[in-house]
Amino acid sequence: MSTLAANAPGAAGGGLSDVAASEATLRRFLHGLPGVDQVGLESRAATLGTRSIKTTAKAFAIDLAISMIDLTTLEGADTVGKVRSLCAKGLNPDPSDRSTPQVAAVCVYPDMVATAKEALRGSGVQVASVATAFPSGRAGLPVKLADTAEAVAAGADEIDMVIDRGAFLSGRYLEVFETIRAVKAACERPDGTSAHLKVIFETGELQTYDNVRRASWLAMIAGADFIKTSTGKVAVNATPPVTLLMLEAVRDFRAATGVQIGVKPAGGIRTTKDAMKYLVMVNETLGDDWLSPHWFRFGASSLLNDLLMQRQKLSTGRYSGPDYVTVD
Amino acid sequence: MAKTKKTETETPTGPVRRSGLFEYAPAPESPAAAGEIATSYGHFIGGEFVDSSGSEALKTVNPATEQVLAEFAQGTGEDVDRAVRAARKAFADWSALPGSERAKYLFRIARIVQERSRELAVLESIDNGKPIRETRDVDLPLVAAHFFYYAGWADKLDFAGYGPNPRPLGVAAQVIPWNFPLLMLAWKVAPALATGNTVVLKPAETTPLTALRFAEICRQAGLPKGVVNIVTGDGRTGAALTAHPDVDKVAFTGSTPVGRAIAKQVAGTRKKLSLELGGKAANIVFDDAPLDQAVEGIVNGIFFNQGHVCCAGSRLLVQESVQDELLDALKRRMGTLRVGDPLDKNTDVGAINSAEQLARITELAAAGEQEGAERWAPECELPGAGYWFRPTLFTGVSQAHRIAREEIFGPVLSVLTFRTPAEAVEKANNTPYGLSAGIWTEKGSRILWMANRLRAGVVWANTFNKFDPTSPFGGYKESGYGREGGRHGLEAYLDV
Repeated sequence: MSTLAANAPGAAGGGLSDVAASEATLRRFLHGLPGVDQVGLESRAATLGTRSIKTTAKAFAIDLAISMIDLTTLEGADTVGKVRSLCAKGLNPDPSDRSTPQVAAVCVYPDMVATAKEALRGSGVQVASVATAFPSGRAGLPVKLADTAEAVAAGADEIDMVIDRGAFLSGRYLEVFETIRAVKAACERPDGTSAHLKVIFETGELQTYDNVRRASWLAMIAGADFIKTSTGKVAVNATPPVTLLMLEAVRDFRAATGVQIGVKPAGGIRTTKDAMKYLVMVNETLGDDWLSPHWFRFGASSLLNDLLMQRQKLSTGRYSGPDYVTVD
Repeated sequence: MAKTKKTETETPTGPVRRSGLFEYAPAPESPAAAGEIATSYGHFIGGEFVDSSGSEALKTVNPATEQVLAEFAQGTGEDVDRAVRAARKAFADWSALPGSERAKYLFRIARIVQERSRELAVLESIDNGKPIRETRDVDLPLVAAHFFYYAGWADKLDFAGYGPNPRPLGVAAQVIPWNFPLLMLAWKVAPALATGNTVVLKPAETTPLTALRFAEICRQAGLPKGVVNIVTGDGRTGAALTAHPDVDKVAFTGSTPVGRAIAKQVAGTRKKLSLELGGKAANIVFDDAPLDQAVEGIVNGIFFNQGHVCCAGSRLLVQESVQDELLDALKRRMGTLRVGDPLDKNTDVGAINSAEQLARITELAAAGEQEGAERWAPECELPGAGYWFRPTLFTGVSQAHRIAREEIFGPVLSVLTFRTPAEAVEKANNTPYGLSAGIWTEKGSRILWMANRLRAGVVWANTFNKFDPTSPFGGYKESGYGREGGRHGLEAYLDV
């Protein structure tokens, strides 16, 4: 993006906010991004998936992956008890091995934020809340902002918002842009600090890789702190190619603006082997700068137990089994 | 086969560059998976492993360690004659078999190749120096695919477009190179057998082991004696084979000078000839290309198989308006290439096949610098023993430079620029070769416009170095003639 590099770095949007001056300029910018070749992208992701991560590398990657998990429960049936139990798991994932790292965050609906906040107080584990009429995003802006404000007021450290895929697919990019802006503003707390904003694209609904690249740039310019693939509520959630594409987008965005943005694949990542593939993609696309929970997260619930079983296997040399990790 | 003794294979010392948080621990494939490597080999003639009539032996080394893997026979004229006679003897029965019966053998060979693919992949990697990731994920699947594909043709030759009941030629002399030893064998043997020919094959003198292992597979498949014969040796053996008067067909893949010598040798004889020779392919990137995938395609085009690929995209033609952006991205990507132990599952670039080839690459790269091109290679630590060459990029290359004209056959990319599609075509075609080309653009109409004008046997669009048995492969101009693969590949082995 050498043409973009002229823009001054810094500030939300990385000095690119001019491109959102009107619907026309924003559209021109997003449609001027380089195209994505589907076959090539998928083949690159598949090749990186063949990396063989063994012994010390595996041990490192398992602990890193655990520390990057947004441990998630987003069910209609969620209760205070369920959320507390998940928080306890996040704080101390493996009761049989206290050297196991904590997860990055616990991710809940807004009405559970207070419960989670209390359970995690002082631990460093963040509370993430979905908001903006998750998962469909089908509500008016005032409702989305109220949803966000409620979660922030209840103590959420991070807000996972969804974009309006309908607006995006019908080309109303500016509307999506302004919604993200408004939600970002709603993330501010009275003390001037701000909850981190993750923007969910629901890539399974955007369908094409070109759309994913455009959505990534749109969200980054609008001020997202993180870009996230999916809600976990549709048929197709995070995939390696989609995530690779988003990694390339944050890489190019930093090169153009100096602003670093995080990436969160979510949904469908269930095994250690899957997690390794994602970490390999981060390692070989972005390198050390993104290899931390500050810049890369896994949105997952069942992944943690598989990581714990693999961790136990590495330390004891024996496979344990599902009864040797806790079910929460 | 003579005495067998297990050969220990060492891991190359001093693995690889890498700094950072997430270091990949060594993930070596076991050399023992290659199965037993004999201390010395003879030829495979008339279904038997036999000693050479001569006493001269050559050695094949592991290019990643310089350790000798085995000795093998330098085939004599007498050996060649014996093999051709065995093939001639087998021809009558083999060509008289119904196609559906020949297909059974080919299907059987394909399945055995699949079953023994790990063994063959490891052996290929040890003997050739190419990374196990490529032998496992590219070479071996394609070898099996070629046998499956041509097995399917064996009983359908009436429908290949050469009229009813097309006849085989007879005995095919096949000389193959060292860059894809088993795959080149498959490209030659599968169509020859499917059409009813018998073969005498000479593998390259630096990589004979997988061909000799393939001889075992022929026996395992119960292939009639003499249908496939393998004679090892260097160029002298190859020359004796292609010159043999009772050979009906000569198929050669290798360098243009040798191809030219063979063409002279068979001129005026009844022998049918197909040649697949050198290349200096242009990989053309327009400013509207999908850039990240173009970078992958460039890397795959020139660093795949250490650049030991006749159709390698060794000339990058990049549109000036996107040059800086593309080269930055390419250099960043080259910095992540993992060079080292071919048996490590995470290795991207393995060893150069031989000291001789390394010397040639080194000499041409030096010429590039002398002639004023700017040389760049990523930081990477190379192992102490073995033959290695850093993935290398030359910018500021002009059409007049040697590195823009001569085939380097190594991991060295020459970058040239162009301004318009017409200039891209002109520069791409301005080479004595014409094997392959690549076009990177999101504009479909431009792909077709370019493809119609490029003088190259294969034109890839938004990809590179993709092979498939159904797709014909071959060259224009000094890249040779005849096609291998697909329906077209049958023609080279039929009397049509």
